[in-house]
Amino acid sequence: MAKNVLQHTITALVENKPGVLARVSGLFARRGFNIESLAVSITDDPTVSRMTIVVGGDATVLEQITKQLNKLIDVIKVIDYTDMAVVERELAMIKVNAEPKNRAEIMQLVDIFRAKIIDISDRTFTIEVTGNVAKVDAIESLLDSHGIQEMVRTGRIAMMRGPRTP
Amino acid sequence: MKITGAQALIKSLCDHGTKMIFGIPGGVMLPIYDALYDCTDLEHMLMRHEQGAAHAADAYARASGKVGVCFATSGPGATNLVTGIANAYMDSIPIIAVTAQVRTTALGKDAFQEADITGITLPITKHNYLVKDARDIPQVVAEAFHIASTGRPGPVLIDVPADISFSQVEYQPVNKVELRSYKPTVAGHPLQIKKAAKAIVAAERPVLYAGGGVISSGASKELVDLSERTHILVATTLLGKGSIPETHPHALGMLGMHGTAYANYAVAHCDLLIAVGARFDDRVTGKLDAFARKAKVVHIDVDPAEIGKTVHVDIPIVGDCKHVLSELLKCVEPREETEWNRQVTQWKAEYPLHYPNDGGLYPQFVIEQIWEATNGEAIIATDVGQHQMWSAQFYKCTFPRQFISSGGLGTMGYGLPAAIGAQVARMDKTVFLIAGDGSLQMTIQEFAPAVAHKLPIKVAIMNNQYLGMVRQWQELFFNRRYSGVDLTAQPDFVKLADAYGAAGIRIEKPEEVRPAIEKALEINDRPTVLDFRIAREENVYPMIPAGQSIEEMMVQRPK
Repeated sequence: MAKNVLQHTITALVENKPGVLARVSGLFARRGFNIESLAVSITDDPTVSRMTIVVGGDATVLEQITKQLNKLIDVIKVIDYTDMAVVERELAMIKVNAEPKNRAEIMQLVDIFRAKIIDISDRTFTIEVTGNVAKVDAIESLLDSHGIQEMVRTGRIAMMRGPRTP
Repeated sequence: MKITGAQALIKSLCDHGTKMIFGIPGGVMLPIYDALYDCTDLEHMLMRHEQGAAHAADAYARASGKVGVCFATSGPGATNLVTGIANAYMDSIPIIAVTAQVRTTALGKDAFQEADITGITLPITKHNYLVKDARDIPQVVAEAFHIASTGRPGPVLIDVPADISFSQVEYQPVNKVELRSYKPTVAGHPLQIKKAAKAIVAAERPVLYAGGGVISSGASKELVDLSERTHILVATTLLGKGSIPETHPHALGMLGMHGTAYANYAVAHCDLLIAVGARFDDRVTGKLDAFARKAKVVHIDVDPAEIGKTVHVDIPIVGDCKHVLSELLKCVEPREETEWNRQVTQWKAEYPLHYPNDGGLYPQFVIEQIWEATNGEAIIATDVGQHQMWSAQFYKCTFPRQFISSGGLGTMGYGLPAAIGAQVARMDKTVFLIAGDGSLQMTIQEFAPAVAHKLPIKVAIMNNQYLGMVRQWQELFFNRRYSGVDLTAQPDFVKLADAYGAAGIRIEKPEEVRPAIEKALEINDRPTVLDFRIAREENVYPMIPAGQSIEEMMVQRPK
């Protein structure tokens, strides 16, 4: 997914109400767009939720979707972060095979990526890593050779650089 | 004093000016209908299918400019509304659909007559509500009216669970609505309006293209003023009919697939296309890259999502049509008639609408006769199909909200309930439904409420015993393989009218047409059915085949 050149990061501030997620995701589904990642949580204002949506697709169709998103009554504001200066992060938890002979190597890797081992068993490590998508992809591919048992990623969240807010 | 949630709902609807409700009760709808029983400010029309209720509310809104309201019970009642809601959504018509729902404790448990109607109508409503607390009802109803009727209008659904209807609340009326996430743009950007005014002055071959937005924003006067001040000719969409009187020398009639040849020639050759409250539907544009290819495009629309959706726009103006046009009128320089006006007038003379004159009974002739007999003053409702296009071509509308027709969704079965809704909204007017024999049979049960309420609607059936438009396409594009279009097995519509308690007349010859229409116009205590047995294989021309350009326009049946 990181290789998709047409990937867009869209942020939507929405009313924190039931059904809003269905309204938003429906707009994408109806046009045949697959949402690559979606992160939703409340903001500093508990009546407002923030959605960060990563989606790939044709720019004109995405512009149309952004306009349609803006039309939803429960959507307060929509910003396409694609060409803006933003900091973006994603958190992943990766459960990887950790045979005694490989443990040192994996721990070194964790160190280099400034990741953390948050759980340990006789056969596995569970690693927490935070970073941009490229970094999470990189550690994932390096750990892959040891055998990843399970992985979960939060999806991307993003914020504009500097003092500006949506 | 405490009242029930159901009473609060009815009270709120009254507070917002509702006078008429079209609906059908049912199990969990009982408390709401019980509250309705005591209400003297509201009239209720019991329809025979919920689709009819939604269409009647929709046509009531189109004819009156007010919000139409319909009621249905949960489950099948609610799902039966769906076509009607989708129809209103596609044509931006303000209606409020109130559906009852199973108790909140039963939600999501497949209770009897449960359907997730807010989920089902998500993509076909402007907004919808599932009421979870009876205290919210006045607020929800106020928001629903605000949302349905402002900005780009559209349907709003309110789903009310039975326990909410039964619960006791203190009624607090809500009149003012403030939604932080919904603030439609009314005023157009002044610089954009100036740009448009300049473009009009610079244009050699301008054309106005007016749609339903002109009607819904009440901008007809401004449109006509602009056309007269600048001598720009006006083509209208199906929903834009009546935005300029079609008897006006500047009116070009409808454009698009079955539009007049001259309207389409004008658009094809114009160097400035000013779209007002229209959305460049594929039935208007045909092949996109051949549509108005020499033109600079000005697009005035209240919905920003319409700008650039299908056609590149040079001067977008987001705002209410009435507001933008009146601002534009203030800064646009008058223009005189030019060579271009003469050219289009010549096309008008060269390529008039026409139909055969061979003694057969032709639908176009019938519609012309209806137009003459009603002095062009009747409200025309239509169904969907060939008769709809003939009506659009031959019934020249003279005022806004005169032509009530299903545009975007193209819903067969719209006509009869629409005629009912329009007549209820405008008891002062003659309402003529021009229907097809196929369409009419899709909602024919609605004769019952029309008779019960003594509505003097005239139902002119253009009866060719075919699904005529489909047959036309099969004739032209499928080598005359008439698959699934024969409707010869049909009821005797005259007897059927009689069975319902309406009047019925069959017309088979041209000389019978006018007397029958006159007779129908005299009957004012019940509906009259006019069963016109028209030439079976008459087609609608001109026609630009779907997805093609004006070069492929057929002005008559290909030899």
